Amino acid sequence: MSNVLEVTNLNTTFATQEGDVKAVNNVSFHINRGETLGIVGESGSGKSQIFMSIMGLLAGNGRATGSVKVTGTEILGVATKDLNKIRGERMSMIFQDPMTSLNPYLTVRRQMTEVLMTHKGMDEATAAATSVRLLDRVQIPEAQRRINMHPHEFSGGMRQRVMIAMALLCGPELLIADEPTTALDVTVQAQILDLLSELRRDTGMAIALITHDLGVIAGLADRVMVMYAGSIVEEGAVRDIFKRPQHPYTEGLLKSMPRLDSHGLNRLDTIGGQPPNLQNLPTGCSFRDRCQYAFERCAQERPLLHGIDAGRAKACHLERSLGPLMGDAA
Amino acid sequence: MSAPLLSVNDLKVHFDVGRKGLFGGGSSAIVKAVDGVSFDLKPGETLGLVGESGCGKSTLGRAILRLLPLQGGRTVWLGQDLSKLEPNAMRNLRREMQIIFQDPLASLNPRMTVGQIIAEPMTTFQPNLKPAEVKDKVKAMMAKVGLLPNQLNRYPHEFSGGQCQRIGIARAIINNPRLIVCDEPVSALDVSIQAQIVNLLMDLQQEMGMSLIFISHNLAIVRHISHRVMVLYLGKVMEIADRDSLYTNPLHPYTQALNSAVPVPDPDIEQNKARIVLKGDLPSPLNPPSGCPFRTRCPKATEICAQVMPDLVSAGRDHMVACHHAGPIA
Repeated sequence: MSNVLEVTNLNTTFATQEGDVKAVNNVSFHINRGETLGIVGESGSGKSQIFMSIMGLLAGNGRATGSVKVTGTEILGVATKDLNKIRGERMSMIFQDPMTSLNPYLTVRRQMTEVLMTHKGMDEATAAATSVRLLDRVQIPEAQRRINMHPHEFSGGMRQRVMIAMALLCGPELLIADEPTTALDVTVQAQILDLLSELRRDTGMAIALITHDLGVIAGLADRVMVMYAGSIVEEGAVRDIFKRPQHPYTEGLLKSMPRLDSHGLNRLDTIGGQPPNLQNLPTGCSFRDRCQYAFERCAQERPLLHGIDAGRAKACHLERSLGPLMGDAA
Repeated sequence: MSAPLLSVNDLKVHFDVGRKGLFGGGSSAIVKAVDGVSFDLKPGETLGLVGESGCGKSTLGRAILRLLPLQGGRTVWLGQDLSKLEPNAMRNLRREMQIIFQDPLASLNPRMTVGQIIAEPMTTFQPNLKPAEVKDKVKAMMAKVGLLPNQLNRYPHEFSGGQCQRIGIARAIINNPRLIVCDEPVSALDVSIQAQIVNLLMDLQQEMGMSLIFISHNLAIVRHISHRVMVLYLGKVMEIADRDSLYTNPLHPYTQALNSAVPVPDPDIEQNKARIVLKGDLPSPLNPPSGCPFRTRCPKATEICAQVMPDLVSAGRDHMVACHHAGPIA
């Protein structure tokens, strides 16, 4: 059985007046059926651009090369007409800000039924009935009445539910969720996270969960991919990544997070410096300027992602393995 | 016990958001953004203000600095009632109270150099300083907050978000204030940069002894930096306690729900914990529920909650809670 998503040597470049910006740098990964892959990284790490490339949603000056297969079908560089048969149907995407990703002029009914009428050739009445059922499924109260409302009549959390319902209309095998809860308050975030995990259980769809919030990843992901400056720097099962990070960046990220379950008022560990400029990446490892373990080789040679254990990979020259995080010596 | 630096008593900030007709009339609508908040702040203490969007935490921060008109209540600064001060005397006091904003770039004037930005509060209050003295002081401040002093002729857009926040901090501390209101100072920053700024604020506080009011929706960071924490909901204080009691023994159902909603970056905990998931969204502040504002989402609500707003009462040493059914998590 093929993977839901198979990405090989994906490169995404944006042409700007100051030269090319390499947002995604030779990235290869896959997502198994029914699996939730967490993609974590800071702003500019390329985590969103990978999936914008996959969905064919890059800005006009962006160009993606490589190979992207969705349930076995190549979709990178195919005609929009063919891409449209796959996006929306086999994979769909939800975004951070539901207000800007819904059309403010159209009722929810119009926006939802359009999808079903285009993809499934349903008539309006059947499409509307299916849409109401899905709004019910994502726990929108009074779906029958609410479907005739405009997006601004919904609260932020409700809008995100509408987005999710819309993404599920054609029963996709892969849901790409780009920072789905970042714009929401924590109590509403908790509702949406619960909903996503419920939907995953009931539908068996795979989820690509893109976020900068390690806590959200910890709760939902099976496997995690850590991005830095356009490259994957570490990959592994969620428990391994959080308990025994093997890339210095992952380790630094986890250590620098204040945790709700730890005592405060001591200094936080930090990663010094700033993320590099993508137009002008340093030679060798992009992280070396901020890395406490860096040695000569890191400046000369770019580390490639290589397997270090079953299902684990890192892009780092350091041969010894890093110890478990403090207090997590499990 | 030292005398409080700041005493806030029954503070009220209301906004009239009604539509005014051209010839009078129209509808009047009042949002009670802050409605009867009282607390003391000791010298050198950090008070964390947490709550979801719309709870009034930023409004409260601004009202304390008298950047907003009050509808009621008093703020007493070292025994002096600020509301009775002449504008001139108030202006002189302002050097002692400063604010740092959420969006580091938007809060810096793009047409001023970093040197001018940092110097402005000082030259405002000490117009007779010689340019050379100003320059030395600014350079010392830049070094103190971790900026390169030779960059003082650069403009804000040449700096990253974290560095801009350092500029904002340098501007806030140049007059040796006794109080800094930090309004979501790290929310716009990446995780690895957040820790740097939190450490900087804690170091500066230790060195200079000022009090901080730290406003944030991120409960983990607030736990890390605060001595005491106040939880707000629709303009009212739900609970206020020293940090450890608030996080380990929260007595208000809202605090309990907030705590459990925050995702912890540990898959063992996060994938197995029983979250208290609140129903629904924050009610409209235009039309808040009768009695306790939290009752519409509260798992413990009973009849009395709809009738009477519970008073903020002592529930142990340095711990106050406003709930008819306050108590540990069952």
